[in-house]
Amino acid sequence: MSDPTPVTKRVEIGGDWRPVSPKYIGVELVGVALFGVMAIGATLVFSLTRWFAQPLGWILVAAALVVTLVMFVVAPRRVRSIGYQLRDDDLLFRRGIMFHRVVSVPYGRMQLIDINRGPVARFLGLAELRFVTAAAATGVTIPGLADADADSLRDALVSLAETRRAGL
Amino acid sequence: MTESTPPPLPGGGDWLRLHPATPLLKGGIALIAVIGFVLANVRERLLEMFVGGPDSGDLLEELNRRGHLGWAIGIVLGGLLLGVVAFYLSWRMHTYRINDEAVEVRSGILFRTHRQARLDRIQGIAITRPFIARLFGAARLELSVAGQDAKVQLAYLRSGDVDRLRHDILLLASARRAEEAAGTPAPDASGSAGIIGRRVTELLAPELDPSEAPPESVVRISPLRLAGSLLASGATVFAIAGIVALSVLAASGRELGFVFLIVPAILGSAGYFARKVTRSLRFSIASTPDGVRVGYGLLTISNDTLPPGRIHAIEVYQPLLWRPFGWWAIRINRAGHASSGSGSQPATTMLPVGTRADVDKVLSLVLPGLASADTRHLILAGMVSSGPTPGFAVDFIPAPRRGRWLRPFSWRRTGYALAGDTVLLRKGLVWRQLVAVPAARIQSLRIEQGPLERALDLCSLTLDTVAGPVSATLSVLDRAGSITAFDAISRAATMAGALEDGSRDPQPLRPENDR
Repeated sequence: MSDPTPVTKRVEIGGDWRPVSPKYIGVELVGVALFGVMAIGATLVFSLTRWFAQPLGWILVAAALVVTLVMFVVAPRRVRSIGYQLRDDDLLFRRGIMFHRVVSVPYGRMQLIDINRGPVARFLGLAELRFVTAAAATGVTIPGLADADADSLRDALVSLAETRRAGL
Repeated sequence: MTESTPPPLPGGGDWLRLHPATPLLKGGIALIAVIGFVLANVRERLLEMFVGGPDSGDLLEELNRRGHLGWAIGIVLGGLLLGVVAFYLSWRMHTYRINDEAVEVRSGILFRTHRQARLDRIQGIAITRPFIARLFGAARLELSVAGQDAKVQLAYLRSGDVDRLRHDILLLASARRAEEAAGTPAPDASGSAGIIGRRVTELLAPELDPSEAPPESVVRISPLRLAGSLLASGATVFAIAGIVALSVLAASGRELGFVFLIVPAILGSAGYFARKVTRSLRFSIASTPDGVRVGYGLLTISNDTLPPGRIHAIEVYQPLLWRPFGWWAIRINRAGHASSGSGSQPATTMLPVGTRADVDKVLSLVLPGLASADTRHLILAGMVSSGPTPGFAVDFIPAPRRGRWLRPFSWRRTGYALAGDTVLLRKGLVWRQLVAVPAARIQSLRIEQGPLERALDLCSLTLDTVAGPVSATLSVLDRAGSITAFDAISRAATMAGALEDGSRDPQPLRPENDR
């Protein structure tokens, strides 16, 4: 156990966590903004057209507004919670504040690596790296890597997978 | 089979054709039915002509009189002829070849396909003998490799050849090219009786050739126990509850229009039972030199051979209703999607119902490493007991007592153990489960914590394997202990994977390096 002070009840795993680019907050914010526009817009339309009884419609609008604001506020923290580590034998990945998740994937289990770029991420020069194993549930997707970083990380992972496959 | 070269290639590596009855079995039956129907009708017409017609039964004249009828018959016959020709051509063009590296299949008339499966990627070989095909002495062979729709189907082959063909393929796939392949020619009963006699012999032959597996490794299920297990299943309770509810409603004289909505459900559950029964009758699991062989089926016989190291997770479970009888069932996760031919799932059932002794046997077949003396008690403990097992070095690490807030019943049983290169998870008080995952098959390891679990200083641990009925998740574990276990298991996973890739020699098939 690497955590000497058990004051926290969080799952913390020691080591040198690499963060993702702070610019990725921008991508998240755009996503939240889109969500907010849709949610608030939809509830607004409903309440203006009197689809719901009058107070209920405005309550829904307020709820959508609050949710969007909260998501705006936590977006930077959510991005900061994303991290990864290249350990000797496996890739560690973590994310999430409320629902925290840490995944360990031995390099040799790699089936393929995807690099995706969404429109906003591409504008900011970011890419997303997806590590695919034979298990669909693995779900290791590292977002918010600078383009060059993503490519070099991919190459590093592929070569690590090769050497680990040859047998230690 | 050729017996010339030391590594015996089936068919000498040439392109081979399938069973001549293939077109018939693949939907050709319908064609024959249509032909028969048409012929019968025409004969009726002819009879009518001969008997009831005003003229003296001149066929041409009659056809002339009803000119459109003649056209219709001509068109139908032409279509049928075309169908027959197409079926024949598709049979001619459908060839397969087996060589050192791969199994290849070429098929199609207009759109040609050429599919090739590498031998070292084979996840399992399934043989299915549908009832009608058995009448023709034919069988279907399916090689499954990992991936969606990734299988090579050889349908249909001569029934007497397929077992040998599978043996050859697995032999070719494995590193060893033993001489044993040259010996033991395929048993041929053709000398004794004619073709009818041979068919009858094949139909009546035992599902598992006794020479293929040592009898002490064979697990069978008596039909009585199977029936009992089905009666004592949740589906039965559900059905009875449904019937009771219906009769109460009927007695109370309400409107019963909705009953017709339930009819499909009843039909569905009947189908479920029927499928379950047919899939479990004459079930046998045995260890053969090529791997674990699972066979089942009364009319449609299937069997499935899993080469070693192709099982990704194993679950021994006991529904509540089975507990008084001491019955257990075993299912697995596996990579290939085999035998999807007749709408069936990949065969993931390793034991439909069995006693604890059967479970022991099956586990020692599918996980030979686990059945050693120092981990044996773990299986037993994992199956029945809760809390610690005193007196043994390796034991389940239990969930802490505070887990009862989230899992009021099962927290006492929840626990994990790392036994050799297998991770064992024990869970479920009502529905007892014991999950075993070979460390070399773990794809990734997850540790998760939601807000409730954080408040209680707990977390959950998941071993990700390939998709299947078994899910290896434990939920209310101590946080600190889980972090230690997380490290230990991920190390074990890496080591086991690396070991298997590099230097495990007796592994007959080169394990698919990263599975």
